[in-house]
Amino acid sequence: MISLEFIVASAIGVLTAAGIYLTLRGRTFPVVVGLALITYAVNVFLFVMGRLAVNQPPVIRPDAVAYTDPLPQALVLTAIVISFGMTAVIVVMALRAWFESGDDHVDLEVSGEGSRQ
Amino acid sequence: MSLALIVMLPFLGALLPGLMMRSGRNACAITTGSVTFLAFSLLLTHAPAVLRGEVIQVSWQWLPALGLNVSFFLDGLGLLFAGLILGIGLLIITYSRFYLSKADSMGAFYTYLLLFQGAMVGIVLSDNILLLLVFWELTSLSSFLLIGFWRHLPEGRQGARMALAVTGGGGLFLIAGMLLLGHAAGSYELSVILERRELIQASPLYLPALLLILGGCFAKSAQFPFHFWLPHAMAAPTPVSAYLHSATMVKAGIFLMARLWPVLAGTEAWTWLVASAGLVTMILGAWIALFKDDLKGLLAYSTVSHLGLVTLLLGLGSPMAAVAAVFHIINHATFKAALFLIAGIVDHEVGTRDVKRLGGLLMLMPITATLGMVAAASMAGMPFLNGFLSKEMMLEQAWHHGWLAPGGWLTPLLATLGAVFSVAYSFRFIVHVFFGPQRDDYPAKPHDPPAGLWLPPALLVALVVLIGLFPETFAGDLVRTASAAAMGAVAPEFHLSIWHGVTPALGMSVVAVAVGLLLLWRYPGVRGLWARGPHPEAKVMFDGVIAALVRFSRALVLNLHNGSLQRYLAILVGAAVALGFAAYLGADGAARAPGGRETLAAGPVVVVAWLLLMVSTLMTVIMHRDRFVALILIGVVGVIVSIGFVYLSAPDLALTQIAVEVGTVILILLALYFLPKVTPVESGLGRCVRDGALAVLGGVGVGVLSWAVMTRDFSSISTYYLEHAKPLGGGANVVNVILVDFRGFDTFGEIIVLGIAALAIFALLEGALHGRLAPRLRNWTPDYAHAADRHPMMMVVATRVMLPLALMVGVYIFLRGHNMPGGGFIAGLVVAIALIMQYMASGFGWAEKRMPVDYHAMIGGGVLVAAATGIGAMVLDYPFLTSAFDYFSLPIVGKFELTSAMPFDIGVFLTVVGAVMLALAQLSKMGQRLNQHAVNTQPMDYNPSADRQADATREN
Repeated sequence: MISLEFIVASAIGVLTAAGIYLTLRGRTFPVVVGLALITYAVNVFLFVMGRLAVNQPPVIRPDAVAYTDPLPQALVLTAIVISFGMTAVIVVMALRAWFESGDDHVDLEVSGEGSRQ
Repeated sequence: MSLALIVMLPFLGALLPGLMMRSGRNACAITTGSVTFLAFSLLLTHAPAVLRGEVIQVSWQWLPALGLNVSFFLDGLGLLFAGLILGIGLLIITYSRFYLSKADSMGAFYTYLLLFQGAMVGIVLSDNILLLLVFWELTSLSSFLLIGFWRHLPEGRQGARMALAVTGGGGLFLIAGMLLLGHAAGSYELSVILERRELIQASPLYLPALLLILGGCFAKSAQFPFHFWLPHAMAAPTPVSAYLHSATMVKAGIFLMARLWPVLAGTEAWTWLVASAGLVTMILGAWIALFKDDLKGLLAYSTVSHLGLVTLLLGLGSPMAAVAAVFHIINHATFKAALFLIAGIVDHEVGTRDVKRLGGLLMLMPITATLGMVAAASMAGMPFLNGFLSKEMMLEQAWHHGWLAPGGWLTPLLATLGAVFSVAYSFRFIVHVFFGPQRDDYPAKPHDPPAGLWLPPALLVALVVLIGLFPETFAGDLVRTASAAAMGAVAPEFHLSIWHGVTPALGMSVVAVAVGLLLLWRYPGVRGLWARGPHPEAKVMFDGVIAALVRFSRALVLNLHNGSLQRYLAILVGAAVALGFAAYLGADGAARAPGGRETLAAGPVVVVAWLLLMVSTLMTVIMHRDRFVALILIGVVGVIVSIGFVYLSAPDLALTQIAVEVGTVILILLALYFLPKVTPVESGLGRCVRDGALAVLGGVGVGVLSWAVMTRDFSSISTYYLEHAKPLGGGANVVNVILVDFRGFDTFGEIIVLGIAALAIFALLEGALHGRLAPRLRNWTPDYAHAADRHPMMMVVATRVMLPLALMVGVYIFLRGHNMPGGGFIAGLVVAIALIMQYMASGFGWAEKRMPVDYHAMIGGGVLVAAATGIGAMVLDYPFLTSAFDYFSLPIVGKFELTSAMPFDIGVFLTVVGAVMLALAQLSKMGQRLNQHAVNTQPMDYNPSADRQADATREN
């Protein structure tokens, strides 16, 4: 029987690996996609710092026996919103760079020592 | 209080010259002079008390946690130095008025001068050594501005840079040394440190602290081997040289050595380091000065030599030597400042300060010549002048001190040698400038300057003579108090007088004068001897070192920072992976073993979702070149993550994640309209394998780490939140209460970040629509042909019907947020998506016309509403963002709760809606602008009834 912990941990690992691979590509779009994948991984990673809990409310209820840890949830909630903002800025930067140069490569062209374009 | 004012006055006054400059040069100079005069007068009001032996203190706390306090104290040493700085400063200000030409920016000059003056006074009056360091650095910076004042001269710029590099670098040593000293003493207050001599000298930190502090002092006071910067700083205007390089800045190092003398001096290390550096500097400086043809160069090396003399005296460590050091500080300041000013007059009136082109000026400039000869004779140590007295005392100390070589013959010999050169160059100054035949090739017609130029040096020369004739009357008390302060004890009994009887020192003086004059008589021969020797040029070496540093930095930067994001990221990930694995492999067995927390079983549905996630993630990687497919696949990943949050008891996160997911996909979709739709194949196999290996290692590391955390038990601080959410925050949804109440300040910061991100997006896109890029973008053609049906009717109808529904859901989610999953963040995202769908379905023009909302104002308004909630609490005398709630009842509605967190959440809501809408609407506006489509203002693009009419006509 596979444990839930293993499932979540492996999911985090695979998301991270895929994210790293894509951020190392040479064009802006895969980098954006890779960052999105890493964002999932990081958010879930932060979330599981409160350990896994199934069917335990983060809401105070008279009939509840146990609660999940609400603190990582609150932190991750804002993290999700902020990472949306970050993704949006990066996407738009990629777009502006594409408008500016007609090229969506992430590296600056290096021509000779010290002089860059 | 007035003590702090003495320090602050020059800084405050530094604002004035620039303003007064508009009223003319005289007004400017008088204002500057008044500031200094005021500070000087304030200082003098304290003088009687200080001379009686009192110490005046004043202190405020600044950063007590760091031990940094604004505390000043005035004792004899401080009085002596502050008096020199302000008194000579006043003369310099007067002199500068007549020295600077109309082309020089006098306002800037006086501003720099006052800044420097304030910093110097700050050094000598600081009680806190950290505060002293602040002023120390300020003198380096302001002297940089002064030395480089003539920006058009390359020597000025290079000299300023060198001075800054050496004294600023020395400052870094000093910072480290002072921190060690304060640590060893257990206090950063000088008045405390000075009483802990035994504690400090017994500390293992004593030697490193001593070395570092001396490094700073030697660099500042131009002691060997840091002496080389001072002559190059002579590119400054002469009043600056007179001020900085005779009386004040170079004395800062001397001052600090004297100040710390009670705690640092008296050890073997101190004597060897300080006395040796002083002795070498004294002889070397005097020897080089003898052969300098530039008058200021001669004086610069002579200053180096005299500073060496004072350092030697401080290094000897005996009380009488300290008295002599203090006395020589006064004497040197008077005659050397006068000599610099006289050199400036010669330069100003003759047009050159090259000794080889001068001579015979005695009859042409009698006043200047008289002043110059008296001051130079004092520098040579001739009787009846003040230089003679302190030089005698130095020789006396050298004679008595058995330091160096058994029998103690070496120190007196070397001291006499220094005195010989000193006599020689001083008389060279007199003879080669003022005597000899008159020439007919002076660059200008020499004549005595206006009184404004000769009065300041005349005052100083008067002091030279008066102290020389009546030392006890004019300087006795000051020297006694200052040296007592420097020693931290009562000064030994002494009486300053001209005649001490026939002593060894007198003999050494006679020898020095005789041999010095002999050297000058045989000057061409001596010069030939010097010319044959090696002349290591410090500037060349310094420039070489700097150039090598620049080459090294450039190579380092260009190789590491070559503009390749791929390289940076690979290094970053590689470093993180290496560190992570190193930590893992370096840990002991228990840390590596799996944790003991009981694991949860995963049901079959979970496994299916997991498989789906794995497959879609891997497919994203494999198919990433087709960008639309990749976008759809990460959408799938996002949905599964959201479902995972639901399953793992995090409904708020699930709602947020799904809403963000929609927003992200729409955003990227809009961007893909412009971007290429396919990623070309670029990386070779090697690159792919390398990246793949990094990715797998990184993924395995993070996965194992997560697993290790999850299988271990932990203690959480959340119990507090769970217990207090309801009684303190008035809400059952603990996540939301944490967001808007317990951690409201974090949330406040985050909505500001979100707002800034949206504004950055707006700026990036709006900037592209205007300016340089605009013409190119107008010619832009979309990659794909547009569908004939630009706004599909099905979608238009669906989104419009959905809009009120979606808004209602948004309001509902917002209102329930405090007690059930929901809240301002999620409601904001839902509403923003409902609105943006209108843009998507019906077109930018149509939507913009019906939603004339200023999203900038919405973001700002949201932040302000949230801030107002927090400030409201402050108005009621609670800390920022303290919340309150109460229950009310109304007919029909029944009992309900109102909390102050509600308006805060409204602020969050508004900011989120504004930010998302600003970003997305701006992107969709781009498309509309670039395609030059006519704005559709009809309800629908396509009117079915028109078709029916057309059909009807065809049938007819």
